[in-house]
Amino acid sequence: MSSIALPKIGTTDRWDGLRPLALAAPLLLLLLFSFGAPIVALLSRAVYEPTIANALPHTIAALRQDSGAGVPGEPVFLALAADLKQAQAAGAVYEFAKALNTRLPGARSQVLRVARIATQDQATGKEAMIKAAPLLGEEQSWAAIRTGTNRFTSFYLLSAFDLRWTERGTIGAVPADQAVFLRVFGRTFLIATIVTLATLALAFPLAFVITNLRPAVAGMVLVLVLLPFWTSILVRTAAWTVILQKFGLLNDLLLWLGLTSDRLELMYSRTGLIIAMTHIQLPFTLLPIYSVMRSVKPSLVRAAQSLGARPFTAFWRVYLPQVMPGVLAGCLLTFILCLGYYITPVLIGGASDQLISNFIANYVNVELNWEMAAALSFVLLASTLGLYVTLTRYLGLDLFKMG
Amino acid sequence: MLSPYPTTAEWVRVTALWFWCVLVLIFLVVPIFVPVPLSFNSGSFFTFPLAGLSTRWYEVVLGTPRWRAAIGNSLLIGLGSTVLATVLGTLTAIGLSDPKFPARRFVVPLLISPLIVPVVVTAVGTYLFYARVGLANTYFGIILAHTVLASPFVVVTVGASLTGFDRNLMRATSILGARPLTGFIRVMLPLILPGVLSGAAFAFVTSFDEVVVVQFLANAEQRTLPLEMFTGLREQLSPAITAAATLMMGLSILLLIVANLLVRRSRQSASALAE
Repeated sequence: MSSIALPKIGTTDRWDGLRPLALAAPLLLLLLFSFGAPIVALLSRAVYEPTIANALPHTIAALRQDSGAGVPGEPVFLALAADLKQAQAAGAVYEFAKALNTRLPGARSQVLRVARIATQDQATGKEAMIKAAPLLGEEQSWAAIRTGTNRFTSFYLLSAFDLRWTERGTIGAVPADQAVFLRVFGRTFLIATIVTLATLALAFPLAFVITNLRPAVAGMVLVLVLLPFWTSILVRTAAWTVILQKFGLLNDLLLWLGLTSDRLELMYSRTGLIIAMTHIQLPFTLLPIYSVMRSVKPSLVRAAQSLGARPFTAFWRVYLPQVMPGVLAGCLLTFILCLGYYITPVLIGGASDQLISNFIANYVNVELNWEMAAALSFVLLASTLGLYVTLTRYLGLDLFKMG
Repeated sequence: MLSPYPTTAEWVRVTALWFWCVLVLIFLVVPIFVPVPLSFNSGSFFTFPLAGLSTRWYEVVLGTPRWRAAIGNSLLIGLGSTVLATVLGTLTAIGLSDPKFPARRFVVPLLISPLIVPVVVTAVGTYLFYARVGLANTYFGIILAHTVLASPFVVVTVGASLTGFDRNLMRATSILGARPLTGFIRVMLPLILPGVLSGAAFAFVTSFDEVVVVQFLANAEQRTLPLEMFTGLREQLSPAITAAATLMMGLSILLLIVANLLVRRSRQSASALAE
């Protein structure tokens, strides 16, 4: 059966959507310019790194002539000396030394030394260069240089998972003393999990009680929940730095209650960080749970009880399944936000409580290693967006229909 | 919450539940008010009991050039990004309210994504990109970056106030001979104004509280109030920070209460119109 083709009246139909799109265009263009492009530019740094290739044009050509792996012959060393001389003259040698150093720890000072010698035109042969920079006599160094001459690299993304290409061309773990990131990711996920569970334990009963209050009282309690929600994270973190001091309010309280006999070191500790993060995230977990609980009919639980279910059974089998979407949404939201925490770990966490975001900022501000920052950003962004897609697709949650 | 004839076990359960909830509420609310009394402390420590009452820390925050410059920068950047985000966000929300809007499935997540992407990633990316296009260390650049972060709030609040808006009103204006702009200014804007103003309040608070992006983009002259607080907290803890925190908290809460009252009013007027 074929459908009846209706005659099209007017030809403007196709363009009808353009007018509303034009209204949204200015903001969409701004987002592309000041949000999309920056993130793409950042992420591309994780896989595109031309510093080494740009610095070594002659060496690359010479390496192509040189057959076989391992330490190459005299011509490659001569080409390397010429490249270093040029890089020294162009002021690019520091960039190059730094880039090589990330792949070949300890290479920076040796490269700079060889470059200085090459510029003075003394002894640019293989033997002399290896004498100045012993690393150049090692096979693994040349493996690093060979892979580094490729502008597109998987080095940083692998490094983000504590992995690397081995000399045999397989992917393996980096030496234990250089493995940092898996521990950081593990720590970030662990703290996010603890905070999520803590907020759930605090938020679920409160949301339940608010649902059962008279509307006027419920409104007042909700204002108490929203007050911290509306206060900025920085201000709340500042409040916690005051409370968690050794002679601060929390220690006063613990001593007064007799729960501790000594003042605890809560600042720059993981306990302090988790307390503060739980406080900041509590409304985020609570509001989705509350909005679902409000829509659950109390008559169903009463029906279950009148059919003979014990209170616990009625709760477990009838009430909980109905509020589960809210619980999942609230927990997932808090978990996602916890993954990206930056300010609170800086101000309250200790050196061993810094999360992924802090490492990203550190690579940008202190180490000036954009590639590593980009690779870590990639992993953080992928985890966040993956969980967010789960949140919206499978739970059908609209972040903006609450609060 | 109690059944008409509660058993002892039920009494215990409900009492325990209430007790727990009171503790949770104390945990929620008390910490944010702790800086308030401390900001009036005449001593320079963060401990209770207070040494005495004084406004010396407010004199520091409102009187010293460093803090005053920071407040000025915060207001300038806040107002700039509020105006931009409100205008662009309102236009976008109006466009989105049209059922013929194309590719909504892709556009809406894009519009909301600044809230989901970890702010450090946004900040570092913007820092890298702005350095290339010459916007690093400019007020304009910071305002643009804050506009991006604030715009989702405007799109959402204005969008919500538009759900109660009868599009036939706009048809009526055009039948009566009004140009689209006249129809917008005389008919649509007055009706959605509470939503627009509350979106603007959210946008201002977003920018006024923001510290991570500013930390990467601002130079020494562009430091904002939150950035000044952040560095103060990192370096040497001074009670002036509690005064700044109290001021920031007061302003945020005030603006957001106003915003929420406006939202409530716009919902009421929308439902009144619908009837």
